[in-house]
Amino acid sequence: MTGDGDAQMVGRTSDGARVRRPLSPHLQVYRPQITSVLSILHRMTGVALAIGTLLLVWWLVAAASGDAAYAAVSGFLRSPLGLLVLFGWTAALWYHFCAGLRHLTWDAGWGFALPQVHRTGWAALIATAVLTLLTWVVGVAVM
Amino acid sequence: MAEFNLPANSKVRAGKTFAAPAGARRVRAFQIYRWNPDNGENPRTDSYEIDLDACGPMVLDALIKIKNEVDPTLTFRRSCREGICGSCAMNIDGTNTLACLKPIDEVKGPVRIYPLPHMPVVKDLVPDLTRAYAQLRSIEPWLQADTPPPPDAERLQSPEERRKLDGLWECILCFCCTTSCPSYWWNGDRYLGPAVLLAAYRWISDSRDEAAGGRLDALQDPFKLYRCHTIMNCTQTCPKGLNPAKAIGEIKQLLLEREV
Repeated sequence: MTGDGDAQMVGRTSDGARVRRPLSPHLQVYRPQITSVLSILHRMTGVALAIGTLLLVWWLVAAASGDAAYAAVSGFLRSPLGLLVLFGWTAALWYHFCAGLRHLTWDAGWGFALPQVHRTGWAALIATAVLTLLTWVVGVAVM
Repeated sequence: MAEFNLPANSKVRAGKTFAAPAGARRVRAFQIYRWNPDNGENPRTDSYEIDLDACGPMVLDALIKIKNEVDPTLTFRRSCREGICGSCAMNIDGTNTLACLKPIDEVKGPVRIYPLPHMPVVKDLVPDLTRAYAQLRSIEPWLQADTPPPPDAERLQSPEERRKLDGLWECILCFCCTTSCPSYWWNGDRYLGPAVLLAAYRWISDSRDEAAGGRLDALQDPFKLYRCHTIMNCTQTCPKGLNPAKAIGEIKQLLLEREV
């Protein structure tokens, strides 16, 4: 807490001396729930996708620079680590897409009732798993 | 800016244990946040072992029993003990609720009790709500109309107009929702928070109020309203079963409709 928020952190002892108040625990004690966990996951996958786009740029630049550069990138992407990164990126993409659809329905004024929030939340998670696996099954089959 | 860790003076230490009386059969531990401005120490959690056979069913019953019979220094707010005053709002078993409406049986294991999250602590379970009240004042939560009321009657509403206020007027301003909201934790100095925005929407929705335009103008702000990212912790935690997230969504829609 900084700036003007500081004034509220000043308390008094019983005999009137100034004392700094503590801030009550927040993340440390608040139970993770489907509401907050899916929300932070939406943000984290958004960041991951932005970073993942650099991977795509790297791949395109390599493809434009010649055989040797392309082979190096291709080699990384086909390594176990590369495949893991790509799998994570696919999962992040699908989750961000599904959670984005939830946000779209909220912006349209639908889906605010708590049972709907829980249903669409689980649906987004299940859809992410299904779509990610489907992408890889199709991808591997085509390759 | 989001500060995820507690400041050094706010870190919670282990505290004392008050053992259950001899012969107690149904013992439950209550781990309660304590901070005393007079002793210069960090906050701590004290553990009180209570015989549930000699205690009322709600968490507030246990708190009152502890204060009456075990440790009179324990400090908390309470008044109506039936969920209408909002005084005993606190964080119980990881979520915000009213101690008087929370059955002890709903909690598995030790009952962990903290003040409303990310608030300045006055003492023990008592947070300073000054800022939240100032934010409520800022949305001018009273009827505003240029048209004088009829000289011989109240300002009338149709049943349909009155129904628009259901789910809004019932808010008791306990601030369970506001202090459950991570956006409010990180930006509470400028974001109004769910409770105050629900109150704003209550007046925007009132057919007798003529200031909706100005009310919406005041909310058209990147921080006051738009720090809401539809996390939905507010609706999840409201002890009155209200839906602040929906009210905020409807304010956003009204603002959008004005633009097109």
